[in-house]
Amino acid sequence: MKIEIIGSGVSGLCCAHAFVERDCEVNIIAASDALDSTCCSWWAGGMLAPGCEGESAEPLIATLAAESMTFWQTVAPAYTKAGTLVVATSRDQPLLNNFARNTEGWHRVEGEEIHQLEPDLGERFSRALFFADEAHLDPRQTLSHLIDTLKKHGVTFTQRHIDDGPSNQYSSAADWIIDCRGLGAQHVLPELRGVKGEMLHIHSDEIKLSRPVRLLHPRIPLYIVPREKSLFMIGATMIESTERHRASVRSVLELLSAAYALHPAFGEAEILEIGVEARPAFTDNLPQLRRRGKTLAVNGMYRHGFLAAPAMARRCVEFALDGIIPSEVMNENTP
Amino acid sequence: MTPEKAVPNEALNLYGSEFTSRFLIGSAQYPSPAILLDAIAASGADIVTVSLRREAGKGVDKDTGKESAGQQFWSLIQQSGARLLPNTAGCKTVKEAVNTAHMARELFATPWLKLEVIGEDDTLQPDVFGLVEAARILCAEGFQVFPYTTDDLVVADKLLAAGCEVLMPWGSPIGSGRGLNNPFALKALRAHFPDTTLIVDAGIGLPSQAAQAMELGYDAILLNTAVAKAGDPVTMASAFAQAIEAGHTAFNAGAIEARDMACPSTPVLGSPFWHGTGGA
Repeated sequence: MKIEIIGSGVSGLCCAHAFVERDCEVNIIAASDALDSTCCSWWAGGMLAPGCEGESAEPLIATLAAESMTFWQTVAPAYTKAGTLVVATSRDQPLLNNFARNTEGWHRVEGEEIHQLEPDLGERFSRALFFADEAHLDPRQTLSHLIDTLKKHGVTFTQRHIDDGPSNQYSSAADWIIDCRGLGAQHVLPELRGVKGEMLHIHSDEIKLSRPVRLLHPRIPLYIVPREKSLFMIGATMIESTERHRASVRSVLELLSAAYALHPAFGEAEILEIGVEARPAFTDNLPQLRRRGKTLAVNGMYRHGFLAAPAMARRCVEFALDGIIPSEVMNENTP
Repeated sequence: MTPEKAVPNEALNLYGSEFTSRFLIGSAQYPSPAILLDAIAASGADIVTVSLRREAGKGVDKDTGKESAGQQFWSLIQQSGARLLPNTAGCKTVKEAVNTAHMARELFATPWLKLEVIGEDDTLQPDVFGLVEAARILCAEGFQVFPYTTDDLVVADKLLAAGCEVLMPWGSPIGSGRGLNNPFALKALRAHFPDTTLIVDAGIGLPSQAAQAMELGYDAILLNTAVAKAGDPVTMASAFAQAIEAGHTAFNAGAIEARDMACPSTPVLGSPFWHGTGGA
């Protein structure tokens, strides 16, 4: 069976992987034939933290996450299961209790236990929540590895822009077209909205973290994810906006203040990169599978791309090849 | 003289428009727009505040060609049927607030404006000097200003002189959930301005605190965090709606004065004397 996938972010690549596993012939149409730096996945945090996300996400995310994490454990080169540490500054301690009330899968850690988990933070924080079952990965490394694997398995990449505007019906010889364009599909999925996120990559040799750390804040959920070679990713703002190109001074200030509040050593870190993207989201912030003819759209990943993409890909493949309707994510099924 | 039925709650009047609900709800920090819409429905609110300082982006979005990058979220809120009250949340200077107000009028085609000029980062306390100045400028330009202010009487007076017809004093700092920090001051404000529409804005954490403000004779409540960050925002919105209505009805019904000594609610006269003597 011939499958054409549009988009090479984490959704597109996971779908390609799932179809190839079922011996389909897959071609990916994307803005780039290599790692695409113009999609959300390029800027992702790579936290696999269904427990923490449960604070505001619907239970469906945890279901999808459990499947996806099994996938990443075998596929992602630097999958690290070291948990997540959630802290708050002394003035924001009530937020830690709120967070505990609205989440599951944590246990409280104090003083010496925090020091053992993250020696550099032991002196800074006396109370924290530890989500031991959570993991993280490096998104760019993972996507790049996935692309190599797919190419080895005969997946082809075509560098092309799809014009399926209102006056131009897009057609293809493939048996199924899998539309994984994210916000790029907004003209065919008008309910899709953008949630702008800004993030930073910084470098510091002065501080070491072994796992993602979330710093609770009354307005923005902030996190720092350690990467290889003393790199850290700080993310991310959540602004109701489709804007994809402009990081504001205020957002960057807030992100950097969070890092600085976490540990003053970040004050001397080098800023390597400031990123901006708009996450594709439906009104309920949950991913959806939509069928129109032989086009299947996998979209609305919101801030859960890596957490949901492998599980959505499996559902997509089972629908296309076996006719199994995944009612929990299938929002439209127009033959 | 006691009416047979409770006095029907008269409508809330804001700059000449009448509303049934006395609950104004904020639209930030919900888990998803879908939950926000459900919470608005459960709250029964006729008015929803929206911020635009960060969402607006710069004019037309490059990619979509849409008027503004946050338009889609605002359209979603408009689906609820509620009237939008744009706010200048996050503005720290008069100039910034005035510019944001102009942007709001253009985007939402409404003269309504919740005016916030923040003076202090830790408490998000209003800069009352900047607030009065911005209110004066905006009222003169035809805006119908809802100023977020402290419970200070003199500031309230200056805001009215600037042309505001509605005042929105804080209960306590934004998002703190501490309720009414100074009921005495809020009472004094109510007594000084019996004919002005007064809305408690900010600091409410519990329905009982909203009811308390309404029992003091406040005309309405504006809140956001207490609903948005609740474990179940939709159910909490409904709890607040009931509390606000109960508080308002109680105020209209006229509460008794508190007293130090017990006062039996059943007349004792005529009770057999041995009741209360421990038996025959």
